[in-house]
Amino acid sequence: MSQTAEQHQSLWLLTASPSIWAAHFVLCYASAAIWCEKFAGLGGSLTAVRLAIVVYSVVALTGIGIVGWIGCGRHRFGDAELPHNADTPEDRHRFLGFATLLLSALSGVAVLFVSLVALFFGECY
Amino acid sequence: MTHHLRELCRGIEPPSQRDSGAKRAEVALPGSAVALLPDGHSRIQSALNPAGVEAAGIENLFWWMVAGTTVVWLGVMALTWHSVRTHPESFNRRREAFIIVGCGAILPTVVLSILLVFGLSALPGLVAPAPSGSLKVVVSGEMWWWRVRYEPAEGQPIILANEIHLPVGEPVQFLLESDNVIHSFWIPSLAGKMDLIPGRTTRLAVTPTKTGLFRGVCAEYCGTSHALMKFDVVVEEKEEFNRWLAHQATPAAPPDNPLAQRGEKQFLANGCGACHTVRGTNAAGVVGPDLTHLGSRLSIAAASWPNDSAHLRRWIADSDKIKPGAYMPKFDMLRSDDVNAMAVYLKGLK
Repeated sequence: MSQTAEQHQSLWLLTASPSIWAAHFVLCYASAAIWCEKFAGLGGSLTAVRLAIVVYSVVALTGIGIVGWIGCGRHRFGDAELPHNADTPEDRHRFLGFATLLLSALSGVAVLFVSLVALFFGECY
Repeated sequence: MTHHLRELCRGIEPPSQRDSGAKRAEVALPGSAVALLPDGHSRIQSALNPAGVEAAGIENLFWWMVAGTTVVWLGVMALTWHSVRTHPESFNRRREAFIIVGCGAILPTVVLSILLVFGLSALPGLVAPAPSGSLKVVVSGEMWWWRVRYEPAEGQPIILANEIHLPVGEPVQFLLESDNVIHSFWIPSLAGKMDLIPGRTTRLAVTPTKTGLFRGVCAEYCGTSHALMKFDVVVEEKEEFNRWLAHQATPAAPPDNPLAQRGEKQFLANGCGACHTVRGTNAAGVVGPDLTHLGSRLSIAAASWPNDSAHLRRWIADSDKIKPGAYMPKFDMLRSDDVNAMAVYLKGLK
């Protein structure tokens, strides 16, 4: 049996995708708020912020995709049978891999939902 | 029209207050009162009774949301029903995985995505400014009433309180301010909500499409009498609106009968002018609502009570009981005939 991450009790990867989602949301919100308040003003163009949001979103989705891919790989690793609730490193490994994959899917959808706002708003309100 | 609106306003009075001898329920219960109104009058404060372009868009969005969430709910219920009914021996992993992922993840995601796109596409129209040249109305949130300032294209601003008249079919630009706490300006039948935030000016464009009486409220908890911070909105034909606005710009007419003249003297002698303005007199206070044409309004105490002499008397003598926490002091130390004279004077400020 090869060494698995869970033999070191590591949960960090599980939190990675939701953290990227949260960071993406804060960045989008702060960028729009600061831009409209300090630079563009009421009715000013949001083009610069929309471009920034596209960049943030591509970076965030790439990060979430990588995390999800690693999670998927962990879920596929080993011979532990469903439902992965035994107190063994192998079961934890597959369970956490699957949970990481699902959280990544959720985070990816959330990032897209946040980004959608940039499609519809062209100026500061 | 005015007579009709007055009748409507009388109907708003809660049953407990229509009882002449009623001492109970000193504080009007606006929410319950509206709910009890007969003949569809309760719809003056309903987002499902749109009388404006913006409110119609919101109502449309609401029904799409109801339809979308119903689809999600039915999907989840079907999943629950299936999971309860399925026997372990007929368990098919591939089929169950398809149902769980389909109904539990993909269906809600697709439906929510559609609703989100639909909602977002409606938003820019709802928050867009009114075309330049539109009627401008500045509304300030006070504790707990509304200061209203009309800024016509020509002439001086006209300061009023707790009642807004709008011309039907024309966009109006509201500019919303507060120098105390956060309030929220909401006329459910005409448009969405907009917060009044200290230190900022927010804006809301409204285009009424139907004439009538509507109810506006503060939709953000702002202190003790938040629930009594309402206002009447009258949407009328353009000519009628112009006449009303021109009249509101004029100073108050001097009282024309001895009782009202005595009331005016009492009003000025007891310091009411330190807080209230009555244009055409020495009363020029700006702490409280402008009372120049109080008698022409549909209600008093920020649309909490009908505007008649009896309620005016009670408001002057015991304001805190009607509106807890109000800054208006009660004048229960005055003789009742003086209070009566003041009520007659104020009611006569048409």
